[in-house]
Amino acid sequence: MGMRKVAVVGAGMTKFVRRAQETSKELTFHATRMALDSCELTIDDIDGVCMGTAPDAFDGIHMKGEYLSDGAGAWQKPYMRSYVGGGTGVFVPIQGWYHVASGLFDVCLVVAEEKMSSFYPHAQAAFVTIFDHTTERPLKPNLLWIFALEMNRYMTTYGITKEEIAQVSVQHKRNAADHPCALLGDADITLEDVLSSETLAWPVQRLDVSPVSDGAVALVLAAEDVAERITNKPVWIEGVGWNLDTAYWTNRDLAYPRYVENAARMAYDMAGIKEPRKEINIVEPYDPFDYKALHHLEGLQLADRGKAAQLYTDGIAARDGDMPVCPSGGLLGVGNPIAAAGLMKVAELFWQLRGEAGDRQVPGQPRYGLAQAWGDLMQVGTVVIMGRK
Amino acid sequence: MTENISIFPGTPLNEKDFEQKKTLFNLDELDGKYAWDTGVAIGRYLESLKNGVILGVQCKTCGKIFVPPRTVCEWCFQPMDDFIPLQDTGTVNTFSLCYVTWDVKRIEEPQIPAVIEIDGASPLHGIMHMLGDAEPEDIHIGMRVKAVWKPSEEREGSITDILYFKPIEEK
Repeated sequence: MGMRKVAVVGAGMTKFVRRAQETSKELTFHATRMALDSCELTIDDIDGVCMGTAPDAFDGIHMKGEYLSDGAGAWQKPYMRSYVGGGTGVFVPIQGWYHVASGLFDVCLVVAEEKMSSFYPHAQAAFVTIFDHTTERPLKPNLLWIFALEMNRYMTTYGITKEEIAQVSVQHKRNAADHPCALLGDADITLEDVLSSETLAWPVQRLDVSPVSDGAVALVLAAEDVAERITNKPVWIEGVGWNLDTAYWTNRDLAYPRYVENAARMAYDMAGIKEPRKEINIVEPYDPFDYKALHHLEGLQLADRGKAAQLYTDGIAARDGDMPVCPSGGLLGVGNPIAAAGLMKVAELFWQLRGEAGDRQVPGQPRYGLAQAWGDLMQVGTVVIMGRK
Repeated sequence: MTENISIFPGTPLNEKDFEQKKTLFNLDELDGKYAWDTGVAIGRYLESLKNGVILGVQCKTCGKIFVPPRTVCEWCFQPMDDFIPLQDTGTVNTFSLCYVTWDVKRIEEPQIPAVIEIDGASPLHGIMHMLGDAEPEDIHIGMRVKAVWKPSEEREGSITDILYFKPIEEK
């Protein structure tokens, strides 16, 4: 396609916490600085900066991208903020990728930040504005409704039990116990803990849900000739895809994320992946709720419809299984600072594929990893496939 | 790299310290008021609700019938203006029993939001509304329901002119 190959050459992240003392600018700076330091570059080496951050409503700051610009290293550089809701964290590396692949930039910073704690007392209330102001909001909806409604439809369509779904939460939170930045890692959590947690909006219970968090993540992207001068272990962005379904969410098939399938097929085509179930070695599907990881694995064609839970039951999804799912601990375990959470998944692939994931390292020599996020009005899918040569 | 780094930045605040104001913060309220024009399609939808009718719209090109109505068919990218009355009955596509309000307060009696596929619209085309007059344990996906309207003199051209949907007795 006449595009340059693009590698991730550096990464950094902050801890994910419920309420950070640091402002969003300060969190952003920490992650960005760490990413630069990790590959021994300075801000002068950076041609442009892509910033991903979710609703302005969390911070109560209009034009939040501009507010964060100093922390992101954007001063006197081409700077752009992208936002596709929850999908942002996996979209912003795509935005960085096309600026480098096109030849416009040689080295690009990709930064994602969220500080959800500013919305007081709870960020949940900020989400009410995602519902249609005239046809839905008069019913006083809350964000849990959408997930609960989709989860119930998914469970009922395929006959999936709460126990099967709760395995996801258990495994991700256990994995997160090995992540130094995790908010809710718990090596000892059991299925019973999840199933007996407080019911929020049936079928959704407290431990089916990821925690609102503050945090930031940053990556450095470089064009192929430059990347190999920066590091001897570049991790290549092999495929990207994104796709949008209708914003009329009550007019969609809630049991199957068609938009994730479309995004995945775009990315598989670009990466030359013909048999994803055999070729993808690590997968970080978006898991703000436990059932969503299953929903997305099916959309990604990594399991048959209604069958993703089997990957957990059979141990295939375990960190030492044939296709580890969320070895990071995912949003359920590491935390869910919206845009930063998605980019954390891409950073996890970078560390895993370089063999630098420490206690979380998956065995063998993984060749391909896939990260996916989901968002907007419940209908965007964003996918990045990374590979090691 | 995570194995090469021992200290990650980010300082968690203790929520109690925060609530007891042992840490500094600036609390403010943003008072934003909006008046949203209803537009052509939703304007007709709301007007029609006032008259006790759920309005849909049909695409001339693909024939699909959408609710709530809109002026463009996403599938065909063609304009739509064939507004047609639908039934005020439908089928529960999915539902939830919700024990927290929009601002995260606990409630004892669950709210029962649902997606209801409206009779007369294309398959899987529904609206979000509430279920009522039903025992939570009896509610199921596929259940037939009918709108319970506000008395006509109290309707004001709002989605809340429908109070909720209640089960149709299955014979």
